Amino acid sequence: MKKIVLVGNPNVGKSVVFSQLTGSKVMISNYAGTTVEFTRGQLSTNDERYEILDAPGTYSLKPSSKVEEVAASLVDQADLVINVVDATNLERNLYLTAEVLERNVPVIIALNMIDEAKHKGVKIDLEKLEQLLGVPVIPTVAISGEGLRDLVEAIPKARSIALPKKETAERWSFVGCIVEEVQVIVHRHHSWLESLQDASLKPLTGIPIAALVLYLAFQMVIGVGEYIAGFLETYFFSALYEPVLTRLSELLGGSGFLHNILIGRLIDDAIAFEESMGVLTTGVFVEFGVVLPFLTVFYLVLGFLEDSGYLPRLAVMLDRGMHSLGLHGYSIIPMVLGFGCNVPAALSARNLESRRERFIACTLMAVAIPCMAQLAMIVGLVGRFGGAYLAVVFSSLFFIWIVLGLIMDRVMPGYTPSMVVEIPPYRIPSLKAQAKKLGMRVKGLIVHATPYILGGILVVNILYTIGVIDFLGILFAPVIQGLLGLPGEAVSTLLIGFLRKDVAVAMLIPLGLDARQVVVGAVVLAAYFPCAATFTVLIKEMGVKDMFKSALIMITTAITAGFVLNMLLDRIVPAAWLAVGLVGLALILAVVFGSNSDRRELEDLEKAS
Amino acid sequence: MEKSLVEMKPGQVGVITALKGGPGFTDKLGQIGLRQGKTVKIISAMFNRGPVAVCIDNFQVAVGYGKASRIMVEVQSNEENSPGR
Repeated sequence: MKKIVLVGNPNVGKSVVFSQLTGSKVMISNYAGTTVEFTRGQLSTNDERYEILDAPGTYSLKPSSKVEEVAASLVDQADLVINVVDATNLERNLYLTAEVLERNVPVIIALNMIDEAKHKGVKIDLEKLEQLLGVPVIPTVAISGEGLRDLVEAIPKARSIALPKKETAERWSFVGCIVEEVQVIVHRHHSWLESLQDASLKPLTGIPIAALVLYLAFQMVIGVGEYIAGFLETYFFSALYEPVLTRLSELLGGSGFLHNILIGRLIDDAIAFEESMGVLTTGVFVEFGVVLPFLTVFYLVLGFLEDSGYLPRLAVMLDRGMHSLGLHGYSIIPMVLGFGCNVPAALSARNLESRRERFIACTLMAVAIPCMAQLAMIVGLVGRFGGAYLAVVFSSLFFIWIVLGLIMDRVMPGYTPSMVVEIPPYRIPSLKAQAKKLGMRVKGLIVHATPYILGGILVVNILYTIGVIDFLGILFAPVIQGLLGLPGEAVSTLLIGFLRKDVAVAMLIPLGLDARQVVVGAVVLAAYFPCAATFTVLIKEMGVKDMFKSALIMITTAITAGFVLNMLLDRIVPAAWLAVGLVGLALILAVVFGSNSDRRELEDLEKAS
Repeated sequence: MEKSLVEMKPGQVGVITALKGGPGFTDKLGQIGLRQGKTVKIISAMFNRGPVAVCIDNFQVAVGYGKASRIMVEVQSNEENSPGR
């Protein structure tokens, strides 16, 4: 089967073309770096079947990040290249085209977003472009499917022209000549979206916009998530599901091994969804009654942020602050994704340039960004003690995020270069695309989480039954009881946290903790170690050695943070003051100590020039 | 007048005259569209050594302070002060 590789600059719509051609479902967003790995699919035409590979976006075949390396290596294996070109950005896109044409591989060009180019007043002479490049050029609007049939029909006409190899400057002048000949730009007035575009980049308007967007996103996820969870609990779990399980419990005789596994322990002779810890009770409840509602709302909000093109603007607003942590603004994308699930977040860190940045980003993300599944449980559990305690959990994680970043940026050799990223235009998200994306993500959650959640609960029960938990409780008592002030049994939550953090938080409930203990438990569980799924991906991304270092940082941080909280909270400082104090202190530290990468980069550029 | 990108004000337009850094630096910026001879317009600059957002041709790019301070521009006009705007 012939291999067709889709190549192009970031955010030109390669994945849209791919999913239209192959019918496969892939993640699509409006920012550079959505695709970090290649995806395979198949395309059958009347005469032949092709394998299609969707490469991550790259500006050049001379790669500058791990993601771009993937793209460059795919071009080497291609039997045919479909070069997806953004019609609104002809010059920059054609540089890559020029590089591809220098390879000995047949090429066709999909001149995508031709509709948007027209709106922007960009006119392109297609025939002349085709003539100058020597390969077929097909205008497309991938998102609506326009021109894709022509693209498929043009596959046999692809030509390899193997232009002579050029130096960078020569290539740019080659591209410049072509653009001069084929493109006319007509000036036109700003649309309202474009005015909003500028407003969200200017500090005076951009910072309030960023604050508003984050606030609304947070309120939406917590508020709507809680509402749906409450609704499900009342109308499904209590009204319909509980009677069925009660009957089952009776049938099983109310105790015994099977009863313990399926139903769990009865609390006051009744099933308690949060505490019973059976596969069918707590397991099903945690996944479908708590995690799923919150995660669905989160992904709805995230989908909108991704497709509108807001995330890169948020990156600009936060760039200065994040540079203090040895990251730059674009690292906000792995962080935001991390709130959904840490796994895709770790993958998206590949877009970052250096190993140093990837290490800092992955470590900070794994330590301080709880995934939505865990967050939903934390909100449910800690929220009972009042908003101030919840605020302490969030502000502690924020404090850890800032201080750990400051320390890593100081201690690690080298520096994090400042960012240079393209800001895509705002686009109004299509409902159909949003629904598809949400569907993929929710399905992904159910498929991937179910075995871990149910498995986690199964393991807890078995470990309890054979006495392992009691043994570990005694073994780790000095740390768990002495430093963290938690009951010895809490060691079981740390064990299970490796499987599923949401289940682990749920396991704090039957322990009957007070407010301080719950806060300590939640923070330690969030920070101490990534869950198994994230851990596996992190090892792949960072390598065993870096993962080991990262893990040491995580464990040390978690114990220190837990100890400090245990000492301060309610004993010395009331919750509300502690929350405010932690945020304030973190910000002051960032301002005072946060110019390390800045200074080192300037020194380095000075030397190089 | 030649200035670095970080010294320009929002609304100002200029032509890039030099990228002061090693070959990796010029390549990387060049690929995204910041090259000698290109006309840039400043959209915004964050305070306290934050990134600069510029418009080149038809698209927008954000450049962090460190890189932006090494991009030299011959400032052509100050659109904000010109009449009719």
